[in-house]
Amino acid sequence: MTPTATQTAPAVGEDKELLISGSEAVAEALVLADIDVVTAYPIRPYDTVMQAIAKKIANGQLVAEYIVAEGEHSQFEIVKHASMVNARVFCGSSGVGWAYAMECLVVTPPLRVPMLALVGNRALDDPGAFGVEHNDALFVRDLGWMLCWIDTSQEALDTTLIGYRVAEDRRILLPLAISADGAFLTHSQALTMVPPKSKVEKFLPRYDRGDLQLHPDNPITVAPQANEDWVIEIRRQNDEAMKRASTVIEEAYADFRRVFGRGPENPWFEEYMTEDADVILVGMGTISLPIKVGIRNMRAKGKKVGLVRLRWFRPFPTDRLVAALSRAKAIGVIDRDYSFGSPFYSGVVANEIRAAMYNAEKRPPLLSFISGLGGREVTLEDVYKATDLCFTAANSGKADAKTHWLGVRE
Amino acid sequence: MSALICEVVYRGIFQKNLAARITRGIVLSSRKAGRWGIAFGRYGDSPQRNGIPAKDFAIVADTKEELEQNMARYEPKHVDVTICVDDTLAKGVESWAWYGLQPLNRLIVPGGTLLVTSIQPVEGILRDIHKKESPYTMALIRAKASFSGLWVYKEDHTEVRILGALAKIAPAFLTLDAVCQAIKESEWGSDLKVASARKAYERLETREIKITEGNPEVPYSFEMPKWWEMREGVSIPAIPIGKPKEGGQGYVPERNPYFKKFTTRTMRPVVDFETCVKCNLCWIACPDSVFDVMPDGTFDANMEACCGCGVCEAVCPVEHCITMVNEAEFEDNASQWEMWRKDKAAYKTWLGAKIGNKKATVRSHGFRFRGQYEQELKADLDVGGVEITAGIPGENAEHKTI
Repeated sequence: MTPTATQTAPAVGEDKELLISGSEAVAEALVLADIDVVTAYPIRPYDTVMQAIAKKIANGQLVAEYIVAEGEHSQFEIVKHASMVNARVFCGSSGVGWAYAMECLVVTPPLRVPMLALVGNRALDDPGAFGVEHNDALFVRDLGWMLCWIDTSQEALDTTLIGYRVAEDRRILLPLAISADGAFLTHSQALTMVPPKSKVEKFLPRYDRGDLQLHPDNPITVAPQANEDWVIEIRRQNDEAMKRASTVIEEAYADFRRVFGRGPENPWFEEYMTEDADVILVGMGTISLPIKVGIRNMRAKGKKVGLVRLRWFRPFPTDRLVAALSRAKAIGVIDRDYSFGSPFYSGVVANEIRAAMYNAEKRPPLLSFISGLGGREVTLEDVYKATDLCFTAANSGKADAKTHWLGVRE
Repeated sequence: MSALICEVVYRGIFQKNLAARITRGIVLSSRKAGRWGIAFGRYGDSPQRNGIPAKDFAIVADTKEELEQNMARYEPKHVDVTICVDDTLAKGVESWAWYGLQPLNRLIVPGGTLLVTSIQPVEGILRDIHKKESPYTMALIRAKASFSGLWVYKEDHTEVRILGALAKIAPAFLTLDAVCQAIKESEWGSDLKVASARKAYERLETREIKITEGNPEVPYSFEMPKWWEMREGVSIPAIPIGKPKEGGQGYVPERNPYFKKFTTRTMRPVVDFETCVKCNLCWIACPDSVFDVMPDGTFDANMEACCGCGVCEAVCPVEHCITMVNEAEFEDNASQWEMWRKDKAAYKTWLGAKIGNKKATVRSHGFRFRGQYEQELKADLDVGGVEITAGIPGENAEHKTI
C-alpha cells in the first residue's frame, strides 16, 4: 500500500521530534556524524543499534561501510584498523559479547584509536540473562577507555555527538564506551529532539589523525613489539591523554550548549535537588528515574534528599564530585554492579568514591548499596530503604561498614 | 487521572509489529495535545518466539515528572486499558519468563477497560478470562486475531481500529481527531485507515463485567525461592523422570512445573484413539515431548507441555487421527485419553464436534498460499473489517495429504 502521508517535514535548520528508543537515538546521531565504517555482531540489547543503523543505510540516509563480523573480537578489530586510516568508526556490544572482544578492547587505548562503542549494559553469563548490570562496561575501567553512562534517549543522541568530538580530539585519541541500560533505555521509546545536520557541522569537525594516520604518504608502523625499555613510557602517555580528556570534555559540552541550546553545564554528573540535601544518593544510568521520583515523594514529607547521577566514570571527576558530596551529611551509593571480595564487598562506584573522598577535608559517612542486578527493577521501596539507612548514618555521623543488597529475595 | 497507562497483550512474532504500531500510535496521538509519552515492551518476554504471549506498553502523561514515575519499569503495576489482540490469550499470559500464569485482566484498575479483538460473544470470552476482584468494562472490536508480525504485516487495519476505539475509551487523552491525524502522519497511514478508525469508534461494543463473572479457576503459580534457598552454581534439579502408567504399561514422564505453555498455544491436537495405528511418529516428532504412551499403546497429548505447533498433525499418517483445533474451543487441560476410556461413545461425539468445526480447524496465524493475504484483506475491508475470513486449512481441515 502506498503511504499517502509522511511525517511532517520540519523547517530547514530546526530540530525535529521523534518517538525513538535510546538505540535509535544513537543511530540518528551516527547519521548526523556521518560515520564511515560500522561493524556489527548481534547480541541483545546492543543489537537494536546495529538494526537501526542497517535501516538507515538501507533507506539511503547514511552512506557507510557496514561489516557484519563473525564475532565480537573481529568486530572491534575491524573498526580499530579502519580508524587507523582515518575512518570515523562505530561499534558496540553487550555483556559476554563485549567480554569476547576483550583482547581488542585492551589494545585500542595504547594505539590511540578513537572508536565509539555503545555498550548496551547486560548481565554477564551465567546465568544467561538479558537484563542490565554495569559490570560489562566496567571491564575496561583501568585500561584507558573513556566511560560514560546516559539515562535518556536525548542524552544518548547528544552524548554520541559529543563523544566523537572528545574521542577524536588530537589531544586525546582514546576510545569511548557509552553505556546504555539494557531495556530501560535501549528498548524504550521516548520523544527525542533530533537536530539538523547544519548544526552538527558547526559542532563536530572532521576526524583527522594527522601524523598518526596509516597512509602511503605517511609511512609509519603501528604497534611494534617492545620490551621493558619502552612500555612504561607508553603507559605514561596514555595517562596523560586521559588527564587531558578532562579539559576537552568541558570544552565540548560548553560548545554543545552554544550550538544546540541544550545540554548540561556540568558534563560530569547531574545534580538533582542537592543544594540543601542532607542525604545524597549516587547512581549511574536509568536508576536516576526511580530515585528522582522517590526524592520528590520524600521531599513532600520534609526529607532533604538529593541525587548525583554520575555521567562520566572515566575520566573520574574526582575534585568536582568530592566538592559536591562533601556538602552532605551522608552519602548513599547505589551500584548496579558488583565487585566480589572488594573492600567492604561493595560495588565498583562506591569504592571509587570512597577512594576519591579519602583525602577530602570533610568525609560524610558513605553507605554502599547493590541493587537492580540482572535487570531487576529498582523500586521506590528500595530507594526509601536506602535513604532511611543514610539518615540513620547522618544522625549518628557514622556509616555501617557493610554493603546492603536491595530487592533481593531473602 | 493525569496519566494513561495502556498495555497490549499479543503473540510473539505473529503480532510484534502490530503491538508496536498500537503503542506508538497512542503516544503520537496524545502528543497532539502536548502530552509526554513512552512506548516499550516487557523485556523479559521473548517476542521473537512464535506465539509466545508478550506485552508492549504505552504511557502518556501531562508532565515529564508524571511520566518519570512510570519509566525504568519492567512493567506497570496497573493499567487503565489492557488491549488484547488475540482472544486465545483470554486464557492468560504466560511468557517464557517463568512466573506462572497471569490472568489477562490482572493489571486493570477498578473500572478500567479490557479491549479485545474477537468474533466470540462476550460470554464466550468470559469462560476463559479469570474472575477479577473489581469490576471492569469489556470493549469489543469485531475481528479475528490479526497476523501482523515480524515477517508479514497484514494490513487489515487492526492497529487503527484499536486506536479509534481508544479514542472512545479515553477521550481525555486521545481525541478521535488526534488519533486520525496521527494515523495520517504515520508512514503506514492512509485515508482509508482513518475511515476505519472512525468506524471502530462508532461501532465499539462495551459491557460492564461484574466481579462474579469470569473463569473461577485459580491460575497456577509458584513461590520464587530466596537467594539462600536456591542451589548453587546456577544449577537446577532435573525434572523427575516420571513413572509407568498402569501396571507397568505405558509411560508418563513428569513435566516442568514452572512453565506449562497453557497460553502459548493457539491450537491443540485432538486425538482419535480408535484410528491410531500406534506408529510412534507423533511421539518421535513432537519437539516438546508432549505425547505420553498409554497402556494400550496409543498416545495421549499432555496439555501440561504442548505449545500447539502442529507437527504431530503433520506427521500422523492417518487422516483425522490427530487434528489441530483452535484453543478457544477448550475449557480445561484434561487428558483426552482418560475421557475416551471413561466413555467411548461420548468421546466420539465430542471428537466429532471439535474436528468437524471448520472455523476451529483452520489456522489462525500465517498464510498458506501466495495471494491469500490480498484475498483476505479485500474480503475484510469490503465489509468494514468484520467478516470472518477462511483462514488457512490445517492438514486435517480438508484432507490429509501425505
